[in-house]
Amino acid sequence: MIQLIKRPTPSKAWAWATPIIAVFATMIAGGILFAALGKNPFEAIRVIFWDPLFGSNAAYFRGQLLVKAGPLILIAAGLAVGFRAGIWNIGAEGQYIIGAICGASLALSVYPSESAWLFPAMVIVGALGGWLWGMIPALLKVTFGTSEILVSLMLVYVAENLLAYMAFGPLKNPEGFGFPGSRNLQQYPSAHNPELIAGTGAHWGVAAAIVAIIATYILMHRHIAGFRIRVAGEAPRAARFAGVVPARLVVFCLGLSGALAGLAGLFEVAGPSGQITDSFNAGYGFTAIIVAFLGRLHPIGILLAGLLMALTYIGGDMAQLMLQLPAAAIQVFQGMLLFFLLGFDVLTNYRIRIGKAQAA
Amino acid sequence: MTGEDKLLRIEGLTKAYPGVVANDGVGFAVAPGEIHALLGENGAGKSTLVKMIYGLVKPDSGTMEFRGSPYMPPEPRAARAAGVAMVFQHFSLFEALNVAENVALGMENPPPIRQLAREIREISETYGLPLDPARLVGDLSAGERQRVEIVRCLLQDPKLLIMDEPTSVLTPQEVEILFHTLRKLAREGTAILYISHKLEEIRSLCDHATILRGGKVVGTCLPREKTARELAEMMVGTEFKSTDRSGRTLGETVLSVAGLSLPPMTQFGPALKDIRFDLRAGEVLGVGGVAGNGQEELLATLAGERVSAPSTVKLHGTDIAGLGPNARRAKGVLAAPEERLGHAAVPNMSLTENAILTGTVRKPLTRKGFVDLAAARSFAEDVIRAFDVRTPGPHVAARALSGGNLQKYVIGREVLQEPEVLIVNQPTWGVDAAAAAAIRQAILDLAAKGAAVIVISQDLDELMEIADSFAALNEGRMSAPVPTEGLTLEQIGLMLGGAHGMQEAAL
Amino acid sequence: MIGGIDIIALIATLMAASTPVLLAATGELIAEKSGVLNLGVEGMMIMGAVGGFAAAVATGNPVLGFVAGAFAGAALAMIFALLTQVFLSNQVATGLALTLFGLGLSALIGKGYEGIRPPPTAKLDFGPLSDIPGLGQIFFRHDWVVYLSLLLVAATWYFLRKTRGGLILRAVGENHDAAHALGYRVIAVRFAALAFGGAMAGLGGAYLSLVRVPQWTEGMTAGAGWIALAIVVFASWRAERVLIGAYLFGGITALQLQLQAAEYSIPVHLLSMAPYLITIIVLVILSAIHRHGVQAAPASLGRSFHASS
Repeated sequence: MIQLIKRPTPSKAWAWATPIIAVFATMIAGGILFAALGKNPFEAIRVIFWDPLFGSNAAYFRGQLLVKAGPLILIAAGLAVGFRAGIWNIGAEGQYIIGAICGASLALSVYPSESAWLFPAMVIVGALGGWLWGMIPALLKVTFGTSEILVSLMLVYVAENLLAYMAFGPLKNPEGFGFPGSRNLQQYPSAHNPELIAGTGAHWGVAAAIVAIIATYILMHRHIAGFRIRVAGEAPRAARFAGVVPARLVVFCLGLSGALAGLAGLFEVAGPSGQITDSFNAGYGFTAIIVAFLGRLHPIGILLAGLLMALTYIGGDMAQLMLQLPAAAIQVFQGMLLFFLLGFDVLTNYRIRIGKAQAA
Repeated sequence: MTGEDKLLRIEGLTKAYPGVVANDGVGFAVAPGEIHALLGENGAGKSTLVKMIYGLVKPDSGTMEFRGSPYMPPEPRAARAAGVAMVFQHFSLFEALNVAENVALGMENPPPIRQLAREIREISETYGLPLDPARLVGDLSAGERQRVEIVRCLLQDPKLLIMDEPTSVLTPQEVEILFHTLRKLAREGTAILYISHKLEEIRSLCDHATILRGGKVVGTCLPREKTARELAEMMVGTEFKSTDRSGRTLGETVLSVAGLSLPPMTQFGPALKDIRFDLRAGEVLGVGGVAGNGQEELLATLAGERVSAPSTVKLHGTDIAGLGPNARRAKGVLAAPEERLGHAAVPNMSLTENAILTGTVRKPLTRKGFVDLAAARSFAEDVIRAFDVRTPGPHVAARALSGGNLQKYVIGREVLQEPEVLIVNQPTWGVDAAAAAAIRQAILDLAAKGAAVIVISQDLDELMEIADSFAALNEGRMSAPVPTEGLTLEQIGLMLGGAHGMQEAAL
Repeated sequence: MIGGIDIIALIATLMAASTPVLLAATGELIAEKSGVLNLGVEGMMIMGAVGGFAAAVATGNPVLGFVAGAFAGAALAMIFALLTQVFLSNQVATGLALTLFGLGLSALIGKGYEGIRPPPTAKLDFGPLSDIPGLGQIFFRHDWVVYLSLLLVAATWYFLRKTRGGLILRAVGENHDAAHALGYRVIAVRFAALAFGGAMAGLGGAYLSLVRVPQWTEGMTAGAGWIALAIVVFASWRAERVLIGAYLFGGITALQLQLQAAEYSIPVHLLSMAPYLITIIVLVILSAIHRHGVQAAPASLGRSFHASS
């Protein structure tokens, strides 16, 4: 019989090894899935993981990598701080949408402004929008004890409907021949979030993601505030003993993750996406949850996990084009990755002993 | 002592866990109607032994015989079917369920709930343990909860009743009621296996005693023929070192608490009601009381985890009632909560990180808010050295330490920060005798240096040993402190139980 | 008719509109009563929706569709059970993973089923009863699943309140250590509770794709699983209140749809927000009431159990 024995001290080696094992396990399980769909599993894995980086059109795809990874990392960096504290913001998707709507609304309301202040103002408004949307579950949690999980999630659906309303109503492009969707900000120079270095895909959002990684690293692993956040997640009573005020922690964590998600939305709408449409959101807010866990809620891990997850997006697109692999297969693939990670994670805190059974 | 008349016979029982041999070739026998004591310190292997008898843990080797036939229960169900019942130290009760439901869960084939309720009433009256089957267990006192456990066992007409440290949660009066019940049961032929480290209890209650030390049987005796000191030396194996109370003079009032009232922290917890006392420099105030009567709430409030109304807590005449834990630490008010894992320390974090938990205010462990890991590590090492904490080093996770070692670390961490007021809750609970003595001495030494100390404990002997004054907590009320000198156990019992306890004692 | 809204039609639709969340919430109630918080209801529902749809289309038999939907939901729940109960993973994270996985897998399976109509689910024939004006339309013109869902709620209530199995389930959810000490098999009980929860969510999902809509579209549950989770909180973990909660939300959904149909000048997208906003408002009111009162949640909810003794 297989038996779990608790380790006296959590294993650092396993903590870093489990994500890697999980990735390989997912490749195997994914290969089986692709085979079941009638595709050559080796070819599919190569198209997803190898070709975007080193294949014939890699130059183009490598740029896409940062475009996709930027928002994922930016959102996940914020979420991870909350998850560490045991505060579950799962509505980043909504905060992302609201950030985009707020920033775009500002730009479109002054159209056609040429002010150099417009873009910085949009950044602030976008972050503020996400922050406010995150404050709703935070304040409800603090004043009434309402579950932040359910409220933040419900607000995603509210935000999605608001997005559709905006795209069909107030923000609709007056010169858009009746098609839903706003003006394209890519053709609005003072509001555009351009590629900073040609060919890399790096826009301001990518820069913001790097700053967020560094800042959250310093916060969580160097500063006493981050230490207290980690204590709050590990042992809430001990955190109160150490002087943590739970309400302030909730407001801080939901505010931070909301603001970062809002920023990600703003950079997306002003950059790669360009306009507010009813299908503007691509699920980054949810995928970022996977990124946060895959990165073990550690900023450096999130950086790597974000890049990996971006790779599966791009590779998935390629596989769709070249192998007619359904887009949903990649979503399944990402889900499996999270399953394997959560499953293997047991090895960080427990040893497996195979042998004589003890009383259950 | 021929073999045939024994109810339970155990031979060569061994159980090893990674790193420790919990039981090593243990053997003893219990006769019907006998009250048999299992005596030993914390960690001597008593709990593992009874868990094997009750089917919760499987032995690695050894044999058991019950009522003349081989016995090796694979699970508690089988043990209960054979006629073995057990009352746990930490009750296996469900707070949100009522008494009858709790009893039903402990039975194999419970009758319909209405009939069961009637049976509960009957049996509880027969044995002098009044219980209302319809009440939620969460609303019961610790003594009443124990009754639920006992009634649950009695309804199954057990041949052997195992009681694991049953008196640790009872007032002296409640202990008398319990002993009365147990003696009655024994007279009716039920054997009782009584686990305890309290010597006087065993001397007054038990017919035989088996003494365990380090997982081995180190002796058997008739406890009535031994003095408490002899039993203690058999249990501990070395001569007792008594604590040194000398060198203390009481200074002026440091902490004064008045009119302190707070609502309950948890659904089934007590409210604090009009607590008032003064604490002088160099004084050790012992706060006794049965668990769950406001001990945790009192510590949390004095430590600043919960704020109270203005002027209810004053330090040197300055109001600190509204300050949080760190602001109070800055002023010298420190605390060590009862729950080591999860409150006083974070189980999954290293000792170094656990030093940071409370040490940043009074020790330079941070620079402009940034953690100075080297300083923290060296502070953790200081604690480990000064309090003889047995650990490979400060990088080890708190959860890896034994109870006694972690407790020494937690108390040491606060003591080395030179508090002006220190509040500790259950400082020696679940700690081996040597560590307990060291902790008590550290508390006395701290007081000798002029600190004011509040020791909250359920161990009355401990309080009598180290405290200058004594107060009792009962349902969130605290009696006025009285000097410990000349205080008798009866007086303490009355203080602990309040009017509530008197009523039950009269039954 | 009040303001363009047909009240009788509204109440009649309410029962059908509530059925998916009622089924899912009842299942989640059992899971949570055993002490496990499964946030994957949305994923299990959509797996039930696609599984039920595919099976019904393949066999031409809607009953088999519902059976398949229940199996699909339960199968997904078993992944959750394995991860959280055996590998002791975090329940919140695993539940989220389950939802993300379920949404993806259902989209994958559902390719090729879009735009098809499923075989119709039979209405129960109550004869003359269904012709009673008003009442007949409200109570006696539904398909069998609506009545089955009510029966299942009643059975759940009876199980929790009156049976030994229900008592053991509640005990495990209240204090898994004590239940273990008494010799109950905590993990086995939780596996069973999760399987039931998954099957019920799957059934609810199948009802969406086979009756409510009725067709398959990607992501068609649109948050119904999350609303089911909210209903369990709203119901303070009591079966009879789950019924009230589900019908309340069903009523709001039905009303909102009728308002859309009645062509009021409120934009469609703002109306579509209503169920989610009202869910939030109800959650807030409830948590405000319970703030200082009785905590109804099972005490072990969301905590991992590992027998260390």
